[in-house]
Amino acid sequence: MLKIQNLQAGVEGREILKGIDLEVNAGEVHAIMGPNGSGKSTLSSVIAGKEEYEVSGGQILFEGEDIDELAAEERAHKGIFLSFQYPVEIPGVSVTNFMRTAINETRKARGLEEMPANEMLKKIREKSELLEIDRNFLSRSLNEGFSGGEKKRNEIFQMAMLEPKLAILDETDSGLDIDALRIVSNGVNKLRSKDNAVIVITHYQRLLDYIVPDFVHVLLDGKIVKSGTAELAHELEEKGYDWIKQEKVSN
Amino acid sequence: MELKDKLVSSFPAIGDGADTRSTLHRIRIEAMKQFEYKGFPSKKEEEWKYTSLNALLKSDYSLFPEGKNKLDLEDVKRYFIHDIDSYRLTFVDGRYDEELSDMAHEGFDISLMSTAIENPEYREVIERYFNKTVNAKDSLTSLNTAFLKEGVFVRIPKGKLIGKPIQILHFSTGNGEALMLQPRNLIVVSENAQVQFIERHQSLSDHEVLTNSVTEIFAEKRAVVDYYKIQNDKLKASLIDNTYISQEGESNVSVHTFSFGGKLTRNNLNFYHRGERIESTLKGVTILGEKQHVDHHTLVNHAFPNCESHQDYKGIYADRSTGVFNGKVIVEREAQKTNAFQQNNNILLDDRATVNTKPQLEIFADDVKCSHGCTIGQLDDEALFYLRSRGIPTKEAKALMMYAFANNVLESVRIPEVKVRINKLIAKKLGVDMGFDGE
Ligand SMILES: Nc1ncnc2c1ncn2[C@@H]1O[C@H](COP(=O)(O)OP(=O)(O)OP(=O)(O)O)[C@@H](O)[C@H]1O
Ligand SMILES: [Mg+2]
Repeated sequence: MLKIQNLQAGVEGREILKGIDLEVNAGEVHAIMGPNGSGKSTLSSVIAGKEEYEVSGGQILFEGEDIDELAAEERAHKGIFLSFQYPVEIPGVSVTNFMRTAINETRKARGLEEMPANEMLKKIREKSELLEIDRNFLSRSLNEGFSGGEKKRNEIFQMAMLEPKLAILDETDSGLDIDALRIVSNGVNKLRSKDNAVIVITHYQRLLDYIVPDFVHVLLDGKIVKSGTAELAHELEEKGYDWIKQEKVSN
Repeated sequence: MELKDKLVSSFPAIGDGADTRSTLHRIRIEAMKQFEYKGFPSKKEEEWKYTSLNALLKSDYSLFPEGKNKLDLEDVKRYFIHDIDSYRLTFVDGRYDEELSDMAHEGFDISLMSTAIENPEYREVIERYFNKTVNAKDSLTSLNTAFLKEGVFVRIPKGKLIGKPIQILHFSTGNGEALMLQPRNLIVVSENAQVQFIERHQSLSDHEVLTNSVTEIFAEKRAVVDYYKIQNDKLKASLIDNTYISQEGESNVSVHTFSFGGKLTRNNLNFYHRGERIESTLKGVTILGEKQHVDHHTLVNHAFPNCESHQDYKGIYADRSTGVFNGKVIVEREAQKTNAFQQNNNILLDDRATVNTKPQLEIFADDVKCSHGCTIGQLDDEALFYLRSRGIPTKEAKALMMYAFANNVLESVRIPEVKVRINKLIAKKLGVDMGFDGE
């Protein structure tokens, strides 16, 4: 589904991603871990199409197509979704209105009719129940005054509404209390199928107890320096990153 | 000939047949003297620093257009809020047009200014109210007073609630020439009475139009008045709107100004308090492009205790458009417990667009709550990316953000059809077709 080859990207002449290779197939869950500042959010943003970052080398193939030229909205239309590490507050746009616009614009781009209002309402009800989101919440301004945890839960609600093929969850677990972590993970798991894929970015093994990855990658200074199975996450939890850094140096 | 000279030499014509001993005649003569003495305001005056009339004064305006073009209701219907039951007063090139109007009413006075000033029945009310709120030193107001001819006169008796809004429409057809119009409105809303107005100036010609309008509103005790100004005129039409509002105790007056069009628009909106527990609301949405210019000059004079004023103006400026917000709040020494709120936020979409915003607070009382804030910014790129990453295309995402930015000004609009119309105008101005439902 996603094939990243030797991706190099940066901002204002500063290189942040220094040659990334990653292949994610339908039905798989990949976890990306790595120290602060190693480039995890940059990688997510580049995949989602943030223009601020300049791709200086390599390519990103999504379902076989090079998406380098595609705008962020076009990538969304193709089924790429990013759950933001820091969701942005949009005053004056209600969650419901926002979702309605996003869904209908996506449908329009795919050559479909607008979703009928009753179907939309039903879907909103269903997905908000899945994520145990209070109804009042949906008429509030998007992310404005939401607590850290509420913002993250709202991101997954959006994911549930949009049903992407590839979901990238950038530290969705940070800021969630124990119950919320369970609810959100459960929400993500419900959406998993053999046709879609998930990339979870996290600092903590705990999330991976709920959303069990098929592969775990370690991103260090703009490169994936180690890949393994779920077992690798446990090892990192225990030992930190130093041993990998040393391993890298001795290589 | 310069416009000023032309106006001065045309003045005698306006007095033809008038009773030269009347109070009204005296007021006009005085006003003309004032205009002659001061002339048109120039950029040297502090209040006109950012708005120059120079370009407008160069046209050779027809001051008393002959005859009038016939308009078909079907052709101009779209400029009305036509999906509501309302009273309609329509003027074409400054003259009342009966066919385009609907004034059938009872239980209150609604008539033409020309009738009101000629009819002895109204002499008393005219003498009591006419020109009583205005700033007699203001040269444009004085000019309008001197050339008093036509407009709307409305008087709502005590306790009367007018269920249908009153729409005032001014069309200009130009007849192949530039046109200067000076409508004059007088509105008296008695104790406990309520009424709503919708006002619009619309040019239908490709010639220059300069409108210098004066509206006086008297809201007596506990009266409620809502006034909506829709400014979406052609690029050759300019408007100087002088609105003066006198409020008595416990009255509630709101003025919403929606400025999307025109070449140059200057809104002088003045509120004077004459009692306690008054509420004044001044709101505006301005969305401009090309080389359009809008200047909002507001004044709220808090002279009595326990009154409130709320000002909220939002502006979005594209291309080389320019905007001014000058909000003056005076809280006199007696006006304790005043609550005055003022907000002006602006988004510049282009490097070449500019806005000048200036709050002017003159507070002489000590126990007051006054707040003001102004911002000038661009659309937030992070927010834009967030919306786009959900599949909302750039143009629509921008529109959604701008719409949201302007939206809280619409919350206080009390006529749903006006809200719908404004939503549509905003969407059109932003160049998008979205299912805005204006929550
Ligand atoms: N827009 C930008 N401008 C300048 N520097 C940037 C920008 N975006 C990212 N960087 C830098 O690139 C590096 C990687 O940042 P990134 O946010 O991708 O890290 P991360 O792995 O997500 O870290 P964390 O775990 O703290 O979220 C950091 O040093 C960061 O300061
Ligand atoms: Mg990050």
